[in-house]
Amino acid sequence: MNYEAVIGLEVHVQLRTRTKMFCGCENEFGAAPNTRTCPVCLGLPGALPTPNHAAIHLVALTGLMLGCEIAPRCKFDRKSYFYPDMPKNYQISQYDLPTCRGGGLEIMRESYPKDAQKKVVAGRYIRLVRIHLEEDVAKSFHFETASGIDFNRAGTPLMEIVTMPDLRSPEEAFAFLSTLKLVLLYGGVSDADMEKGQLRCDCNVSVRPVGQEELGTKVEIKNMNSISGVRRALAYEIERQTEMLRGGGRLTQETRRWDEAAGATFAMRGKEMAHDYRYFPEPDLLPVDTAAWLDDVRRRVPELPLARKRRFVEMLKVSDSNAGVLVADCALADWFEKAVKDVTNTQGVANLVVNDLLRELGAAGKGVTESPVAPEALGALVALTDAGRISSSQAKEVFVEMFRTGRAAAEIVTERGLEQVSDAGAIGKLCDEVLEGNAPIVVQIRAGNAKAVGNLVGQVMKLSKGKANPAMVNAVLHRKLGL
Amino acid sequence: MELHEFTVSEAAATVRRREVSSTDLVRALLARMEALEPALGAMLHWDAEAALAEARARDAEPPIGPLHGVPIALKDNLSVKGQFCSCASRILQGYRAPYDATVVEKLRQAGAVLLGRTNMDEFAMGSSTESSVICPTRNPWDFERTPGGSSGGSAAAVAARESFAALGSDTGGSIRQPAAFCGCVGLKPTYGRVSRYGLVAFASSLDQIGPLARDAQDAARILHAISGPDPRDSTSLPDAPPDFVAALGRGIRRLKLGLPREYFSGGMDADVEQAVRAAVRVLEGLGAEAVEISLPHTEHAVAAYYVLATAEASANLARFDGVRYGRRAENPADPLEMYGRTRAEGFGAEVKRRIILGTYVLSSGYHDAYYLHAQKVRTLIRRDFRQAFERCDVLLTPTTPSPAFKLGEKIQDPLQMYLADIFTIAANLAGVCALSLTCGFVEREKKLPVGLQIIGPWMGEETLFRVAGAYEQASAWHKEAPLG
Repeated sequence: MNYEAVIGLEVHVQLRTRTKMFCGCENEFGAAPNTRTCPVCLGLPGALPTPNHAAIHLVALTGLMLGCEIAPRCKFDRKSYFYPDMPKNYQISQYDLPTCRGGGLEIMRESYPKDAQKKVVAGRYIRLVRIHLEEDVAKSFHFETASGIDFNRAGTPLMEIVTMPDLRSPEEAFAFLSTLKLVLLYGGVSDADMEKGQLRCDCNVSVRPVGQEELGTKVEIKNMNSISGVRRALAYEIERQTEMLRGGGRLTQETRRWDEAAGATFAMRGKEMAHDYRYFPEPDLLPVDTAAWLDDVRRRVPELPLARKRRFVEMLKVSDSNAGVLVADCALADWFEKAVKDVTNTQGVANLVVNDLLRELGAAGKGVTESPVAPEALGALVALTDAGRISSSQAKEVFVEMFRTGRAAAEIVTERGLEQVSDAGAIGKLCDEVLEGNAPIVVQIRAGNAKAVGNLVGQVMKLSKGKANPAMVNAVLHRKLGL
Repeated sequence: MELHEFTVSEAAATVRRREVSSTDLVRALLARMEALEPALGAMLHWDAEAALAEARARDAEPPIGPLHGVPIALKDNLSVKGQFCSCASRILQGYRAPYDATVVEKLRQAGAVLLGRTNMDEFAMGSSTESSVICPTRNPWDFERTPGGSSGGSAAAVAARESFAALGSDTGGSIRQPAAFCGCVGLKPTYGRVSRYGLVAFASSLDQIGPLARDAQDAARILHAISGPDPRDSTSLPDAPPDFVAALGRGIRRLKLGLPREYFSGGMDADVEQAVRAAVRVLEGLGAEAVEISLPHTEHAVAAYYVLATAEASANLARFDGVRYGRRAENPADPLEMYGRTRAEGFGAEVKRRIILGTYVLSSGYHDAYYLHAQKVRTLIRRDFRQAFERCDVLLTPTTPSPAFKLGEKIQDPLQMYLADIFTIAANLAGVCALSLTCGFVEREKKLPVGLQIIGPWMGEETLFRVAGAYEQASAWHKEAPLG
């Protein structure tokens, strides 16, 4: 019997705000332990939360980017459970009136793992259940004989995105997270780096015989710290569940922990150990009416990666694969748009960016924002080839020099004497010289072997040290040979 | 007249005229405390040197506010930077607040001097101040009786003239009931009138800080000093405080006084009812008109309150876990054991009872039957008040069904203790303001004060002060003092 996996994700995203969710402390990664705290985020007796509206706006922005319905009124609730990294032993979250409901995300083809591009199902749309806002907890550290808690992260804004069980494979989950991350980066919502814990993902996964409507027993897996880790954990877990069912075993509803080093999941707690969170409305905070500011947030919605890719392909005639590479990095796509601003040969720019710029940046270990070549300078280089002043192979050479020195294309071309000879008189002279020295070939051509013209073109080019405009050489030779 | 006999108004005026110094006032009150405290138990802790230093600082400068140089005592659930804030609980043993509550900042801006910290029921859960883990407070009118609670220390300190006034907190009657038992004026402001920032939360949607004072004028002065919007409390209301003191003299001609029939229907001490009815006649004599009205959902108030207040408390008190501050159980094997033992050792019986009750009513499967149901009752109670205030300017009720009861009388019977707040709880559920003042005395073994509760609409404190001011003009009960 064949089995299929059914996967739903709960994605936690740290929001990029200046201050924490309910107090004025800085929301900053990497400060010395317990230096970004106050009575509110330490849960001291008598301290009260006040909402960070910038965080609420970022959640609404995310909802708008993902096509969600934004609640006209949202509210906060208390979610109770005891844990040393929870200062109040309740977390302020949103229960029955989340900021966003519904919506979804179309997975981009480029988001699939490189080795799984064959498995890509085009245009997969993953529906969302909801997006809500809560406060993050502190971070525990375990030493030999004691534990320590750093409360710098306590009370920082955390957004939770819950998907429908629409994903069907580890590769799809990988691709969904990659596309989602890109959307979050486009919106400036989060830096979304999973390794830094800015993006965290728990997976609900079950398997069922192909064709069966009813869902299998759900297992939650936690503790993955990269997108490829999510893929590996899911692959392991699907395999484990399938094997179990094939062997006639039964699965139990439970939470399992992914151990990256062991490459396996291990049971954490069963259904009977599940928390009763005892949600009730947070009496210290008033409900938030979104209508007052939603239009302002709507104006902040950027063009999303998929739409941008389509525009690059359709309007700028960029190849599908180049467009995919460009939009996968918002800064790179921005850079590209600046470079093509006054250029007609947008394909040429795309080729140079995707092949040459990325190669040089990679070698230099730099990001696109640190490129020594300005986008306008690259545009000028492509304009030189378009005007026929240098060939495209020369352009590649010139680009390397531009990247190395930061100098302008025209300057390098002049200095190296690379400029193409497009002067009809000079080219005519070179052609005459070659025709005189190659009488046997001329005879062959006249006898009908037109292909042999290529040989003559090559000789003219060689004679010009590669500077002659090849198209012109070809035309002059044809004319002179009466072809 | 001795210095400790001053009202706040008198103390402020004499300091302003430089007839006495703030230091003199603090010394007089400290002497009073030294003499009475061993038996009374109204104060939990005070720092004589710190109070004197503050007083000297006030004496060395021109007046900075209307309470310049006037010492005021604070309930021990308010945060004062650097001071202990025990909430009369073992679990907060050794905890010093690292910040000031908003009311503390405001009192300081008004020039007041912080005198000391008053006793209370543990975490403000109780109606007799007997659940304080330190000691019970005694009623200054009869040491065999309780001062009420939970702000019993504040009420007893003011009545015994250990302090000119004090701040308390009121979640279901915790200012008004002890004010009635001790013969003070006690005010629970409209929910949101006074910032709760820095008040150790019992039930966040019900708690309000308010004054306990010798007379209505003092209460008005203190309310003016501590109220107003606060960006640190999202539930504080935007209204700036009006001139409450001016309202005192405005008279009550043609004011409509509602007498809710549900509050006068048996179960009440006959002497208390007589005193309250006499007070109504006095007010009618001053030009007001009394009408009978109905608050039909009154009988459900106590039940709804004990669901909602305990639900909120169960979350509010979850932070006392031994991880970050206060008491921690010694040598726990793991975090779970640390929580269990810290809380088992740190909380008293009444607090545990309420945490368990609150946890239960929020549990899955019970949430709708208890918590949700109680919220609906709360909505109905709020509507009762809205409708009542369409017909009346204020409502008049007894503050308590009986005068002060005896120490030990109800402490073993939680239900009887909960019913001591039967007349005060609805105002918290509705969020309206209410004031208790003395409207007579009854003779038991000793002479005991009786409280009249005046309930006003949302943000209707000025009307409360009009009625209280008019009544005090026409009566002398508030001038009576215990202990000679």
